[in-house]
Amino acid sequence: MSTALGWLAAVGLAAGLVMGFGVAPREVTQGNVQRIMYLHVPAVWVAYLAFAVGVAGSIAYLAGRRPGADRLAHAACEVGTVFLGVNIATGAIWGKPTWGTWWTWDARLTSVAVVFVMFVAYLLLRQAIEDRERAARYAAVLSIVAALNIPLVHFSVYWWRTLHQPPSLLKPGSSTMPPEIVAALLVNFAALALLGAYFVTRRARLLAAEEEALA
Amino acid sequence: MAWKDLLVERRSKETLNALLFFSLALLLVFQFALGPDRERLAAVLPGLLWLGFILSGVLGLGRSFLVERENDCWEGLLLTPGDKSAIYLGKLAGSLALMLVVEALVLALFVLFFNVDLGPALPGLALVIVLGTLGVAAVGTLFAAMTAQVRARELLFPVLLLPVLVPVLLGTVKVTEALLLREPLAGVAHWLKLLVAADVVYLTIGLLTFDVILEG
Amino acid sequence: MVAAESLIRVAGLARVFGAQRVLDGVDLDVAAGEAVALLGPNGAGKTTLLKIVATLLRPTRGRATVAGHDCVREAEAVRALLGVIAHGTHVYEDLTARENLVFWARLAGRPADRPTLAGALADVDLERHADARVRTFSAGMRRRLALARLGLAQPRVLLLDEPFAGLDQRARKWLEGRLEAFKADGGALLMATHSFGRELGIADRIAILAGGRVALDTPRAGLGAEDVQRLYVAHTEDGS
Repeated sequence: MSTALGWLAAVGLAAGLVMGFGVAPREVTQGNVQRIMYLHVPAVWVAYLAFAVGVAGSIAYLAGRRPGADRLAHAACEVGTVFLGVNIATGAIWGKPTWGTWWTWDARLTSVAVVFVMFVAYLLLRQAIEDRERAARYAAVLSIVAALNIPLVHFSVYWWRTLHQPPSLLKPGSSTMPPEIVAALLVNFAALALLGAYFVTRRARLLAAEEEALA
Repeated sequence: MAWKDLLVERRSKETLNALLFFSLALLLVFQFALGPDRERLAAVLPGLLWLGFILSGVLGLGRSFLVERENDCWEGLLLTPGDKSAIYLGKLAGSLALMLVVEALVLALFVLFFNVDLGPALPGLALVIVLGTLGVAAVGTLFAAMTAQVRARELLFPVLLLPVLVPVLLGTVKVTEALLLREPLAGVAHWLKLLVAADVVYLTIGLLTFDVILEG
Repeated sequence: MVAAESLIRVAGLARVFGAQRVLDGVDLDVAAGEAVALLGPNGAGKTTLLKIVATLLRPTRGRATVAGHDCVREAEAVRALLGVIAHGTHVYEDLTARENLVFWARLAGRPADRPTLAGALADVDLERHADARVRTFSAGMRRRLALARLGLAQPRVLLLDEPFAGLDQRARKWLEGRLEAFKADGGALLMATHSFGRELGIADRIAILAGGRVALDTPRAGLGAEDVQRLYVAHTEDGS
């Protein structure tokens, strides 16, 4: 199943490249730079999706104490952190030519950065505890705190300061984007989601192998 | 539980004394870092105040479970039949009381050192301090229990706690700012609601998951 | 093997710490009114076994029950029946002896009135030190305070890890008396120890832990200290 996911992701990524560079039109004001959006925006969606899976895994672990649920949570949070890192890095690369700066303390940048740091802390906590079972319990609690904290972070940071263009797709009223761009975004989202799922299954299997080697 | 912790603290006075002197040192450092410019100081005062509260809170909370490590009392807590969330609430109440005492004294020092006139802002300030400190203590108690048994505890605890506290820090600073500028509280009502929401969320998670942490 | 009801039942219990297999399929029963002594070299898993029964650790495999309650799923019900003496004495240094007892009694929702406390303290010969801080106590006094706490709880099952360590003759004798009375009342007792001598006097059976399993489970009656010593050596050091 993992291998199949891998191939699907590869096909999806190829399709995403075609959509992003071929089908989607050149943006009028920003030029080709804008095409980084097809990686930037889906990456953050996949990251949050992965965190949702991670929290679901954590809750399932606390309820049933099956190591499989914990491995899923661990893998998903790790992959989510990586994708969020991709989002932040591509954002900085995009920001330099368009806003003239790598980083500004605008609302969405800041809140994504806070979420990123929370999940890096999650990975640090896992690393700091040797006993696997205890690491699983503590990490599960931490991921629940971090996940429920995300809305609080978003609201507070949004009220604190806002410069960013409004969310690109899910905003009230009709979308102002041409359908080709929407299609390119969605294809790339699907491709990255497949890639994320592939990573999660591989990572979870690797964790299982690690545990087996140690047991 | 809170009774026990406060009694231990009254006997040893370890944490309280250290925290007070830590806060005093922080005030001096702030003063040196910012220079004597009164205007600039006034602009950053709310931020400084809460930075001081949160840093001293982090130090105090980080120690709150050390007393349970002596003679394996931790194990005793776990072995006691009954609802473990009572232990969480007790720990929380003890830490909260300690933090509020330190914060009241730090506030007095701020008034003294930086010549701020609190006057009519005081009731509102008390409200936001209680709301903010409750949030810090609620999630801090949970994380302190988590890191008490982990190596690199004193490093890991702030690393876990500080990012989570961003909403609380932003909310309290904004409300304090408005209070010091004598603005009506209605203008920052959404911040107060956010603080209440944060308190409720942290407390709920703490109550629900504390037994999982205590387990060993 | 005993007709009486089994208060502690351990079946197929295994516990892995990281790469280390500490327990690997332990089976053990302790009936009401019975005392079992656990022997074994350091690291044989005596403390681990006690901790699992005490609900402090979850087993990797297998299960443990106390009076039919599962030590994982019904931990609260198990804890209500247990009395534990572990390596740690569970006392706070900056509280007095009396305050310590009050704290633990209230936490467990048990009465903590003055006469009850005075009785418990008198039992362990600490009534003169009731209002002194534990910080000033000797190791033996701390152990006795821990025993006083146990006296307040009235458990049905006792788990003892080296219960006689650090006790003087008098406290030892008192504890032996209490344990005998506890057995006579139908309590079950599981005790880890290193001693082959008179401390085993309380035990009805001896179980030797080695290689993560119960290597020997035998009635104690008729065995002298030398016999136990011989069995111990035979089962722990010949590679079992």
